[in-house]
Amino acid sequence: MRASWLPKLVVAPSFVLALLFIYGLIAWNGYLSLSASRLLPNYEFAGFQQYVNLFESERFHVALTNMAVFGSLFVGGAMAIGLLLAILLDQKIRAEGVLRTVYLYPMALSFIVTGTAWKWILNPGLGLEHLVQQWGWESFTFDWLVDPDKAIYCIAIAGAWQSAGFVMALFLAGLRGIDDSIVKAAQVDGASLPRIYWRILIPSLRPVFFSTLMVVSHLAIKSFDLVMALTAGGPGFATDLPATFMYAMAFSRGQIGLGAASATVMLALVAAIVVPYLYSELRVRK
Amino acid sequence: MNRLSLHRVLLWAALLLFAAWFLTPLYVMVVTSLKDTQQVREGNLLSLPSNPTLASWAKAWSSACTGIDCGGLKPFFMNSLLMVVPAVAVSTAIGSLNGYVLAKWRFPGSETLFAMLLFGVFMPMQVVLLPMSQVLGWLGIASSIWGLILVHVIAGIPSTTLFFRNYYVGLPDELVKAAMLDGAGFWRIFTRIVLPLSTPIMVVTLIWQFTNIWNDFLYGVVFSGADSKPITVGLNNLANTSSSVKEYNVDMAAAMIAALPTLFVYVVAGKYFVRGLTAGAVKG
Repeated sequence: MRASWLPKLVVAPSFVLALLFIYGLIAWNGYLSLSASRLLPNYEFAGFQQYVNLFESERFHVALTNMAVFGSLFVGGAMAIGLLLAILLDQKIRAEGVLRTVYLYPMALSFIVTGTAWKWILNPGLGLEHLVQQWGWESFTFDWLVDPDKAIYCIAIAGAWQSAGFVMALFLAGLRGIDDSIVKAAQVDGASLPRIYWRILIPSLRPVFFSTLMVVSHLAIKSFDLVMALTAGGPGFATDLPATFMYAMAFSRGQIGLGAASATVMLALVAAIVVPYLYSELRVRK
Repeated sequence: MNRLSLHRVLLWAALLLFAAWFLTPLYVMVVTSLKDTQQVREGNLLSLPSNPTLASWAKAWSSACTGIDCGGLKPFFMNSLLMVVPAVAVSTAIGSLNGYVLAKWRFPGSETLFAMLLFGVFMPMQVVLLPMSQVLGWLGIASSIWGLILVHVIAGIPSTTLFFRNYYVGLPDELVKAAMLDGAGFWRIFTRIVLPLSTPIMVVTLIWQFTNIWNDFLYGVVFSGADSKPITVGLNNLANTSSSVKEYNVDMAAAMIAALPTLFVYVVAGKYFVRGLTAGAVKG
């Protein structure tokens, strides 16, 4: 290793830049959240006042509740459908490649694109409601998208539709990684196929299951685009999520301190999921 | 044998049903975009256009209103192109260098640095939006394409570094050691040995970065100015512009225009895209 300073020198600029922009700006945002900033940054220290305001704000409560509802439906739906698809595709299907391409294409699209499409499909005037009525069920109504209590379910449906293929790809990779001889041995012992999946294959997917759960849950916390395209947080702020709340406060309502505080809460939520995962991943690797 | 084939029938029914479920929104987008407003009103979501026309596509491209502007998606599309090409190229180049060092030239603390960088893949970007807009202002590139490029490059470094690092870890150390014995240095080993072996991961990273940056909405909506809005922001403005009559056919044509570049890349090189997807979640 003659020139051992060279590698360090090569990575230094981009590393310093990336780490500075990640951790430096996180600290800065943290400081903003402790300041009295409103329309403009104001570095007068205000203690935890913004956090007090945040947790007293009804709108933020709605956003957190929505995150819980959306998160469990989106994560649960995507995981269940994804696992089912992976098992179905694992049955030596001849057209597997084509089907996999079909199941996964939504991941190549922007949530703004699919959100715009779902908005048209779910709109109460000419969309799905109209279609079912034309099919002969004249009294059919479907106005969840404009119903403040139900609109969040529409977002969960669109989100699960978009991400199920991704979960499938992860589980399928996991299933393919399992040693064939275990399955063969079980077959020799006369175990039926559902039993093999239930008792052997699905349990050995545990690590994949947890990493997938981690990735999909952190996506749920970060969800922003889909809500913006589908409902823009409306009706009113009935479908606000923490990310759209943060955007509204920081960039259109002149509540910079409050926006920064809500961003810190999002960071804490994501860190609670991701840090233990990264820790165990990196430790195993050594 | 009979029972077995019944299984296969059920299996295929389920597979095809799911395929239909995934494809229906795309089908709806395409058929709606080919209708005029009257056909949209008279038909339904699934009905084929009685008289297919590309008028909505033309309108979405060059004359639909996005807010108060009525120039269609064309300027947004161009902004996205101008943004995506340099951002993808630079973030990929940096990622490959970082990955090379982290995999083959480890130094004390390099694993810790990697772990710290890795958190950048998952962190919610909301937490840097406010300070970042201040920084872009200081640099004099707020509300410009350059600002967006810088943000995308920095935000991309964690993932591109992760991709290349995990790939390079798999290259045998003996390759590097043998080259060193022959007197090759850091750069020579990189350009002559490592880079020529990098084609697969290069393709994965380029596609991954292209798809992510093209599809990004958050940075686009926060950091762009009047003349630098990317396609996703244009599409969202177009679809949310309230006019007397809601033109869903134009919305769908616009959504298709925004979707086509990434959809094309996916259809052509889907294998590499999937590898990128799984590389981010499962350790290499």
